[in-house]
Amino acid sequence: MTTIRATAATQRPISLFRNKAAKIAAIPMILTALVVFMGGTIWTVVFSFTKSRLLPKAQFIGLDQYERLWSSSKWGIAIENMVIYGLCSLVFSLVIGFVLAALLDQKIRFENTFRSIMLYPFALSFIVTGLVWQWILNPDFGIQKVVRSMGWESFSFDPLNNQEIVIYGILIAGLWQGTGLIMCLMLAGLRGIDEDIWKAARVDGIPAWKTYIFIVIPMMRAVFVTTLVIIASGIVKLYDLVVAQTSGGPGIASEVPAKYVYDAMFLSQNLGQGFAGSTMMLLAVLIVLIPWAYMEFGGRQRD
Amino acid sequence: MTEVTTLDTRLAASPGMVDGPRGAKPKRAISPRNVFIYGTLLLFSVYYLLPLYVMIVTSLKGMPEIRLGNIFAPPVEITFEPWVKAWATACTGLNCEGLSRGFWNSVQITVPSVVLSIAIASVNGYALANWRFKGADVFFTILIFGAFIPYQVMLYPIVILLRELGIYGTLWGLILVHTIFGMPILTLLFRNYFTTVPQELFKAARVDGAGFWGIYFKIMLPMSLPIFVVAIIIQITGIWNDFLFGVVYTKPDVYPMTVQLNNIVNSVQGVKEYNVNMAATIITGLVPLFIYFVSGKLFVRGIAAGAVKG
Amino acid sequence: MNTFKLFLAGASALALSTTVNATDLEVTHWWTSGGEAAAVAEFARLFDATGNKWVDGAIAGGGGTARPVMISRITGGDPMAATQFNHGRQAEELVEAGLMLDLTELAEKEGWKDIVNPPSLLDSCTLDGKIYCVPVNIHSPQWLWLSHAAFEKAGVPVPNNWDEYVAAAPKLREAGIQPLALGQQPWQSNLLFGAVQIGVGGLDLWKQINLEKNVDAAKGPEMAKVFQAMADAREMADGSNVQDWNQATNMVITGTAGGQIMGDWAQGEFQVANQVAGKDYSCLPGLGVHEYLSTGGDAFYFPKLKDPEKAAAQLELASMMISKEAQVAFNLKKGSLPIRGDIDLAAANDCMKKGLEILKTGNLLPSGDQVFSADTQTQFNDLMVEFMNDKSITPEDAQSRYAAIVESAD
Repeated sequence: MTTIRATAATQRPISLFRNKAAKIAAIPMILTALVVFMGGTIWTVVFSFTKSRLLPKAQFIGLDQYERLWSSSKWGIAIENMVIYGLCSLVFSLVIGFVLAALLDQKIRFENTFRSIMLYPFALSFIVTGLVWQWILNPDFGIQKVVRSMGWESFSFDPLNNQEIVIYGILIAGLWQGTGLIMCLMLAGLRGIDEDIWKAARVDGIPAWKTYIFIVIPMMRAVFVTTLVIIASGIVKLYDLVVAQTSGGPGIASEVPAKYVYDAMFLSQNLGQGFAGSTMMLLAVLIVLIPWAYMEFGGRQRD
Repeated sequence: MTEVTTLDTRLAASPGMVDGPRGAKPKRAISPRNVFIYGTLLLFSVYYLLPLYVMIVTSLKGMPEIRLGNIFAPPVEITFEPWVKAWATACTGLNCEGLSRGFWNSVQITVPSVVLSIAIASVNGYALANWRFKGADVFFTILIFGAFIPYQVMLYPIVILLRELGIYGTLWGLILVHTIFGMPILTLLFRNYFTTVPQELFKAARVDGAGFWGIYFKIMLPMSLPIFVVAIIIQITGIWNDFLFGVVYTKPDVYPMTVQLNNIVNSVQGVKEYNVNMAATIITGLVPLFIYFVSGKLFVRGIAAGAVKG
Repeated sequence: MNTFKLFLAGASALALSTTVNATDLEVTHWWTSGGEAAAVAEFARLFDATGNKWVDGAIAGGGGTARPVMISRITGGDPMAATQFNHGRQAEELVEAGLMLDLTELAEKEGWKDIVNPPSLLDSCTLDGKIYCVPVNIHSPQWLWLSHAAFEKAGVPVPNNWDEYVAAAPKLREAGIQPLALGQQPWQSNLLFGAVQIGVGGLDLWKQINLEKNVDAAKGPEMAKVFQAMADAREMADGSNVQDWNQATNMVITGTAGGQIMGDWAQGEFQVANQVAGKDYSCLPGLGVHEYLSTGGDAFYFPKLKDPEKAAAQLELASMMISKEAQVAFNLKKGSLPIRGDIDLAAANDCMKKGLEILKTGNLLPSGDQVFSADTQTQFNDLMVEFMNDKSITPEDAQSRYAAIVESAD
């Protein structure tokens, strides 16, 4: 075991094979990173200090947009929701995704069918599936009604109509849509793992669950990083789901930052406010991303 | 190619490879282990399938029946009219051709965008994982940062970019946009996958004189089928279902199918035909679903992973 | 790889071919449902008859979707020839930036000032004395829709105004009927507020606040009554668990709810369900108290194009939209009111006739889009939807927050 990990980590050809072809091949990536993402971000930040309304205009007003942003109760609720949704989504996506992938990896029958069932929600546009979840979770004609009609009169399940728990109602639909992809990624990761690891573990008499937790998962570190980024970017960008299910309600109880930004830009016609919101979001991303990048690349001799 | 063949022979020669890799093989059909596995999978399947059931049932009902409000009840009278309407006759503005109108546009947008974005991102990932050059990490970090930027915020800067490139309003422009926004996640996906490929393989190929592209096509590509499947799944879904970029960066005659879907579903004033909405959504989803199912066959076990240690 | 290139070649050829015919005009709008599309078809038919060609660019989703499209297309240097917008202040900035075609000459030639009724419609197309848009229809949101079946079941007569309605609410509850149906989307709460403000508060108060932006009036006792009525409405809407406005309308149609406050577009739903105005349902403009209607609606703007031939065609299009023939044909299909005072809509139904009557008597208000910026309106939306859903907010709190928004309004 240790030998495998050591070789993977230390013997990466860093400067051994300097190659022009690699640099040329990376040109599209470099251009995208610099021109689009850096350029676009700087543009956004600059215009967040302006009074831009319908059109971007370089009419600077200092920190006014930020003052308004942070004095808005809607933004506060949006941030709170993102944190709750984010934590739950992260944990449940990883756990459900991994468990399902591990189950599918047991040489079972109908693997393709099960995989398609779990993945199909990912293919459907959320404009309408959001409506379906809205129906299912609606107390008047969804699950609550069905359970009550079966005789359990006091049963109550109305996540989308209760300000306190509405974000969990959105989570149910979010997991429904997103876990399939996470499962697929995990499965691809599991499929990439050395067959011999399993044999060795079996020979040593290590139970399967222990093998997963102590051997397989650490080996899938790279896959987990990928899934983490996918889940996290989904959390930050969470928008369609909320619009389709609750349009931010009841009241403003299920507002999220991306929706705040979008509404500010295109409903309120207040681009500056939208840019201020997105600048805060990007700042939050940077706070998480920079330490990660430092750990990933800064300490190159990690192991 | 030689080194791979030798490895393959070693793989075949290695004892015990044939008899399956994962834990004990199921011996009986109904063992506690199987009950647990299939039970859990079935339970989750219910969760995943419930909305689909509601959608299908609703799409087969007439509007009066839907107004009754019992969403789980099977249709009393099955009608396929909503499906026909969604595909062929639903009007979006003046064009009463339903979803069929945008279908080929969507294909024309999706195929090149998926191919191009995956080609570029897989090469990126490969270069980042195996041919690291100075500064690569910085660009990569910026790229990952890009994965978190809400699309809507980038809308106007991209307009300026496309205008300067002279491809605003063309299909090329849209393909470029999809390639750009697909790049962060895909590059990460490929990079992280390629780093798990044993370096011995890579080195052996180098010793044999294979170059950047040689190794990519002869070793990395064939070994990475599962991750290519995941990439295809992500891209087909994202691009096929994209509405925002399609509507903002092109013109009516090249609008993708999702513009029609949005028009059928999102009419603000006027009567909402839930049955047609459901049918239209399922129809639009059929293409990615078909791809999922077909490409699922490629979810094979990585063959080379075990080969090196032998 | 070859097929890939082929695809691209084919696609770019497709994109090029559209620019050949100079009098093809691409028109962006968000009328996509059945009746709306039929109405647009009338415009297209009449425009095609002028020898030009209407290229339809329908995108559903309203301004939230249309705005990014418009702005991108205009700043990308490739605008559509005409685009729908709510008249009022939403397109102000595009006009100021000199991106829109000036229609003043045409308007003077055809005497738009004399035919457009109410004149406020043309005013909101005007900036610095120049006209930049063509109003095409009027929609009014201040309507109370009541289900006769629901009131019959509760054993109370169908109310004739807001106060009777509020008084009947407990009876409705007792009979297991939702007194007031209200969808969760923020604009619906604000629409309700708008109707209550004119219905309960009356014209003077409405003018002081909405036109003069009088903060004292917004804080005053008259306005307190309006918020008290909003609290009543909140009580009545409690338990209304639907999202879309038409789901709420459906509750009125089926008699599971007593009533709904919604715009005149709700009529389409009643018609489809084969309900007859006056027999199955009632409609009360201005909540039956102060029968005023605001005159919002849709207008078309024409982005400046480089091609002079297209510019000429744009003027033809504008002229066609405001013509008598187009106004009758379009509005009958759309179910909205025409913007000309000099035409007769004999085919209108009961509720539409009530609207026309009010239009004649001139009990009209400018719409919210005309008096407040989109930014301010969104703030109202947020406040109202929060108030309607959170009982811990007292009417007094809501009023003071409302006044604060009015104070900072632009």
